[in-house]
Parts: sequence; C-alpha cells; structure tokens
Amino acid sequence: MLDFPRWKRIWLWFITLAACAAALPSLFAVSGLPWPSLLPNPQINLGLDLAGGSHILLEANPTQVTRQRLESMEENVRQRLRQAEPRIEVGEISTKDGALTFMVANPAQVDATREALLPLTTGAGLTGQRDWNIQVVDTSRFVLTPTKEGIDLAISQAMDTATEVVRKRIDALGTREPTIIRQGPQRIVVQVPGLKDPQALKNLLGKTAKLEFKLVDQTASPTDIASGIAPPGSEIVPYADPANSGGVSALAVRRLGGIKGDSLTNAIQTNDQQTNEAVVSIQFDQQGGAKFAKLTTENVNKPFAIILDGKVLSAPNINEPILGGQAQISGSFTVESANELAISLRSGALPVDLKVVEERTVGPDLGADSIRKGAIAFMVGTIALMAFMLITYGRFGVYTCTALILNTLMILGIMAVANTTLTLPGIAGFVLTIGAAVDANVLINERIREERARGRRVVQAVEVGYKEASRAIFDANITNVIAAVLMFLFGSGPIRGFAIVLMIGIVTSVFTAVTLTRMWVSGWLRKARPTDLVM
Amino acid sequence: MKLLKLVPDNTNINFLRWRVPFYVISLLLMAASVGLVLTKGLNLGVDFVGGQMIRVTFVQSAEAPVAVLRETVGNLGYGEPIIQQFGKPNEVSIRMKLPEGSDDDPGLANTMSNKIIAAVKAGHPDVRIDGNDTVSGKVSGELFKTGMQALIAAVIAISIYIWVRFEWQFGVGALFALLHDVTLTLGLFALTQMEFDLNIVAALLTLIGYSLNDTIVVYDRIRENMKKYRRMPMPELLNLSVNETLSRTIVTSLSVLITLLALLLLGPNVIFGFTAAITLGIFVGTYSSVYMAAPILIWLKVNAASFVPTESELDRQEKLAREGGA
Repeated sequence: MLDFPRWKRIWLWFITLAACAAALPSLFAVSGLPWPSLLPNPQINLGLDLAGGSHILLEANPTQVTRQRLESMEENVRQRLRQAEPRIEVGEISTKDGALTFMVANPAQVDATREALLPLTTGAGLTGQRDWNIQVVDTSRFVLTPTKEGIDLAISQAMDTATEVVRKRIDALGTREPTIIRQGPQRIVVQVPGLKDPQALKNLLGKTAKLEFKLVDQTASPTDIASGIAPPGSEIVPYADPANSGGVSALAVRRLGGIKGDSLTNAIQTNDQQTNEAVVSIQFDQQGGAKFAKLTTENVNKPFAIILDGKVLSAPNINEPILGGQAQISGSFTVESANELAISLRSGALPVDLKVVEERTVGPDLGADSIRKGAIAFMVGTIALMAFMLITYGRFGVYTCTALILNTLMILGIMAVANTTLTLPGIAGFVLTIGAAVDANVLINERIREERARGRRVVQAVEVGYKEASRAIFDANITNVIAAVLMFLFGSGPIRGFAIVLMIGIVTSVFTAVTLTRMWVSGWLRKARPTDLVM
Repeated sequence: MKLLKLVPDNTNINFLRWRVPFYVISLLLMAASVGLVLTKGLNLGVDFVGGQMIRVTFVQSAEAPVAVLRETVGNLGYGEPIIQQFGKPNEVSIRMKLPEGSDDDPGLANTMSNKIIAAVKAGHPDVRIDGNDTVSGKVSGELFKTGMQALIAAVIAISIYIWVRFEWQFGVGALFALLHDVTLTLGLFALTQMEFDLNIVAALLTLIGYSLNDTIVVYDRIRENMKKYRRMPMPELLNLSVNETLSRTIVTSLSVLITLLALLLLGPNVIFGFTAAITLGIFVGTYSSVYMAAPILIWLKVNAASFVPTESELDRQEKLAREGGA
C-alpha cells in the first residue's frame, strides 16, 4: 500500500503538474498578466452569467410552415392542371383542415389529373418519401393531404433556414462571438456575450420579415371588409398602423399573383426625397425585378398593398410602371425601425415565426461583481479551511492543504483543456468539491489516529488508515458521481454547469486527497522513520 | 505543538438511547413540512411558473423607489409585481408571474418583460438593467419536469447503489434519510417563502450528495463492526459506530461549513438562496445520518449473518477497496 516505485512517483507528478500547468493561462488572463504567445493558451470560458450577455431561446410556430406549404401546393396544382394536355378544368380549390380539396369538372379526366399531380407528391427529399397523399372520393373529388414525414421534413428545412437567417441578423448587429445552435425539432438557442442592448437583438429576431406585394381588390365593399368577408380569391389583411391609412382598419387583397419579397438583393434605410420620412429602399434581383415591372405595368393607376408579416404597411397607387427593380417601402417608420426592417430584409425572411420563450440576460456589471465576490469567498473559505486543517492535523494537515491547492489548480486546468464553461453555480460546485476533498483527508487522518490509539505501530496505522478509509471514500464518491451524472443528463442550464465542475472535481479530489497524499506520507515515513505521530 | 482535538478519544455518548423521541420529532417535522408545502405552497420562481424577473440598479439614488415602482409596474395590467431588495438598498429585483391562463401565447413572458423594462426606464432615467430572466409557461413546465426528474432519479439510483453495496436494509435507511432531508428543506422553503428556483434544485441535489456521504461513512463503520463483533447487540453496535466516526463527522461538517459560510457572507448575492439551502442541508444531513439512517437498521432487523464474509466475498471487497484507493 505504501510502496511507491520511482516510475510511479514520476508518473503521478507528471500528471499533476501537467494538469496544473494548463490552469496557468487562465490565471494569467484573470490577473491581467501577459501570457507568452508562443505557448499553447487553453482558457476557461466564462458563462454568460459571469461574463455578462444574453441567452435567448427561440421557439418556432410550425403552423406557418404547414400553411405556406399548402399555399404553394395550391399554386403548383393550378399550374400543372393548366399546362396539362388537354387542359383540366377544376372547381374552387379549398384549403380547409390542412388539406387541398377540389372537384374535377370532367370525371373522365380523373386519371389524367392523378397522373399530372403525381410528380408534385414526392418531395425534394432524396429518399423518395411521399410528401402528399392523393385520395379520390365520390368519383371526382380530389383530396391532397400532407404526410407527417413531409411536414417534418419541411419544418426541419425551415428551421435550418431560420437558423441561418438568425445568424445573418445577429452578424449584422456586429456582435462578437455569438453562438447559435438548433435545439430539438423546433428551437434555436442564441447566446451573445457582452451585449449592451438586448432589446435591439430581440426586436430583430422576433421579426419574420416576410414582405409581399399584393394587388388591392377594389371590388370589396367597406362593410364586407369590416365584417371580415373577402370576395372569392381575395383575403382581408389588417393595417399595421390604422392611423396610417385614414381610419381604415383592413384591406382586401388578391390572394394570388402577388410578388414575394424573398427575391431582394439589397435593402437599406434611406430618407424619402420629398417628405424626408424614414423609408426602406429595396433592390430586386433580376427575376424579381422583371416580375415587379410586369405587375406594375399591367396595373397602372391601381393601388397595391405592401404587406409585412401579414400586416399592411401602406397601399400606394401605381402611378407609372416601375422598371428598374428598385422600390421604396414607407409606413411611418422611425430611423431605428426602418433600419431594423432593412437588416431583416437583407438577411431574408424567416420561414417560420420565432418567439422568445426564454431569456437570461446578465449585465456586465452584475457579472463582474459575481466573479469578484465568488473569487473572494473562495479565497477566504479556502484559507480558513487550510488553517483549520493545519491546527487539527499538523504535518498531515500540510499534506491535506497541499493536496487542496493542487486539486484547485487541476480542476481549473482540466476545465481549460476540455474547453468547458465556468458558470456561477459552477463556482458553488467548486467550493463544494473542496469540501468533499477535505472529507477524504479527514476520513484518512481520523482513521490513522484511531489505529494509533488502538496501539498499532506508525507504518501499520498509516497503512490500515488508508486502506479502511478508502472504502467509504470510494462509496461516497460513486454516489456523488451518480448524482452529478444525473444532474447533467436531466438538468438544464445552471444545474449542468454545476454538474460539470462536480464531475471533474470528484476525479481530481480522489486523486489528490488519496493518491498524492499517500505518496507524500510514504516518502516521509521512509525517510524520517518516525516512531510516533503527532496528530 | 499541541493539535486541536474537537472530540476526545474514547468518547462514548449514548446517541441511540434517544432514538424513539428523536424519530417522533423528525416524523412530526416531516409531517409539518409536507403540510406547509401543501397549504402555504412553495414560492416558485419564474423558472418554474413562467414570467419574468429583472434586476435593476438605481445608479443615482441611495435607495430604490419601491412604492413608485410597484405602482408603475402594477399599472401595466399584468398583476401585482413582487419587488425585493437584493444586495445594496438601490438594487432591487422586480418579479412578475405570468397571468393565469396565458398558455396560448408563448411570447407573452417576453412581451411582458419588454413592457416592464420600458416603463421602468421611462420613469427613472438613472436605472441600469443588470439582469433579465424571462421564461414562458411551456419552458417553465419543462424546467420543472426535468428538475424533478433529476431529483427523483438521483435519489432512486443512489439508494439502489447502497442496496447493492450493503444490504437492502441499508438502502431503505439511506432512502429514508434522504427523504427526511429533502422534505425538511422543502418545508423550510415553504415556511420562509424563499424563492424556489432551478438553483435550489441543484442545491437539493448537492445536499443529497452530502447527507449521503455522512450516511455512507456511518454505514461503512457499522458494516465493519458487524463483522468484527458478531455477538454485540445492535443498539450497542450502532452507538459504537456512531461514536467512532464522530470526530470525522464533526471535522468534516465544520470544514464544509467554513467554506459555505464564506460563500454565504462574501459570495455573490445571486446564489444566496443556493448556499443557504446547502448550509441548512449540512445540519439536517449530519443529524439524519446519525438519528434517521442508523436506528432504522434496528427496526428493519439487519441480520449480522449477512455480513459473515465468505472467502470470495473477502477477496472481492479487498479488490474494491484497493480500486477505491488507487
């Protein structure tokens, strides 16, 4: 038990010092000293609760994805049937209950219709999975229902796009080192350190920025619009700001045939040359510009609505064809809100609505205060503890204290190398690990005292002390590992930060408090050959 | 040099003599705790009920205008805010739970927080927002579920481990001691109405770890003595084991208390509740491993014969002990 050959001693010291050395760059950084740039520089990351910053959890509302899929399916179906040879005439297409339903006018064309629609039902997925099911009921009624796999794939793709869009928007704010991760099927985690104004970020992320230009349906009567009844082929869209529309709260617009704002190449905030009002200037790409030119040429002297996220911003008259692919969006903006819209449009629309379902923001002052107080509490606690160990166990207390210091350095070093994050609960975990490490030494030292009191000789008392105490130390640490692992698996945020430190701490504390002290004690026994122990 | 010895050698206190009265008191306290949690309820933080909490500092005032704030925020129509000082008199936290039946809008907690911040900033230009936690109803439900899962899974997994390493009676004893500790701590939280949030769940898990540490040390000694003194009556053997480990129990508890007190008095305000819970847990846990975990072995009739070591058993335990020490 007390036999430590030279190779073992060298090996143990090597592990200890290597782990401790890894902590040095972080300690240098905290105390403001320069670290030689030639050497490797592993650092402990500080969590947002210590460094200051925002953690934002966004959740998607998938109904938008399913609705949009239905809409584009409707357009595709119309196009297919129009292009079919001979042309297939169908009745009104309904999109109720998440399915497309329509009647084929000539029942003899049922097979031709199915043939024409079949290519639409297998998605872009390479697996050849079916995205839509075609059913024919009552001889000529077609029902197209989306499959669950199809919806899931669409949502998943939408979330990938959304994550990209979120990244672009955050980059546009010029923040440093944001972390943006998809979490589960419908969530995105955004972590941005050291943000002055999280409000601007949240405004930006909360905006879907789906821009549409649609023709106003002038056949709708104001009373119908007020009661929410739209003429066939049209829909009612409310105004974003009724004050902007002369008292009208909503507008009827043609459902199809509009232009989507996803074909923009640029969007910037400018001021209107006549009114000096803040506006957003947009530039279409070639295809979008051509469509826009066609729409405005065909509808001169008619009003068209500029719709953002399902709300009408404004509905100007088309005075002349707009051919250059450039347009201006007005809608009683401030410079800030126009700028936010410009950023949102540049980064593209979010394919899903995102809502902030959780936010944790810590200001830089509070974070700095936590680090300072945490460090002071740790120092004071450790020094008081070491004094207590010294007056209780004498020489063995010195071993305990040395083990404690090395333990602290090793935890920091391993955290730096493993690139883990130190959070506020992590600091608490740190303090508690120190407590647990001390317990191991107390168990050993008390046992040695006991064995001496029973009359065992020094070497034997030490040997039995380590052996008997190890059993309880082993059991106690295993149970702590169980608790830590479960915390890590089940817990979230703060609990995890705590569990990480605890897991590393359990390993290092057993190593330093049991293995290292035993090596030191055995070295001393061999050299000094004491006949009595002062403890 | 004369070293400090908190417990003199050959101390022999008859702890187990008072086991029945102590058990009665503990059971009454546990019942009272359950009653308190059921009637008064826990003051669940926004982590678990949803809502928002912001921490603000009024940079240019000595004291936060609590009454004015209460009115400003109360007028927003979400209900009455809970405003508490934390740290200096000009630092307060403003807490607002989600209104009833607001599950439909997952963004409500955040909207609420935005409005509160805007209102507070408008009325007090010198205010500095130090922190902001908003949690929607759905996320808070998930946090509560995962927190409780972690707690229950930990308690069960640990009890099974003890059962495997010792005997089933020891597993039951450990489980009971853990229930005792968790119940009393929850009772204290219900009594004081201190905020119960995610950090407190972490504290409970730590407390479980510690309390168990103590229980294991006592159990380990009991097992050892059962092998050594086959004929000794159980109460006497338990007393002997508790007394033999008493010095260690006191030195360790003191060591942990020293570090916790430093954290409690000098540490960050943000984790005050966390450290307070663990500090209390140290007392409760130490008590329970002596008075809850040990006497139950008498009533569960631990059989000394189960520890008569066979040859292979001896080898196995030696090996385990060696691994633990290596």
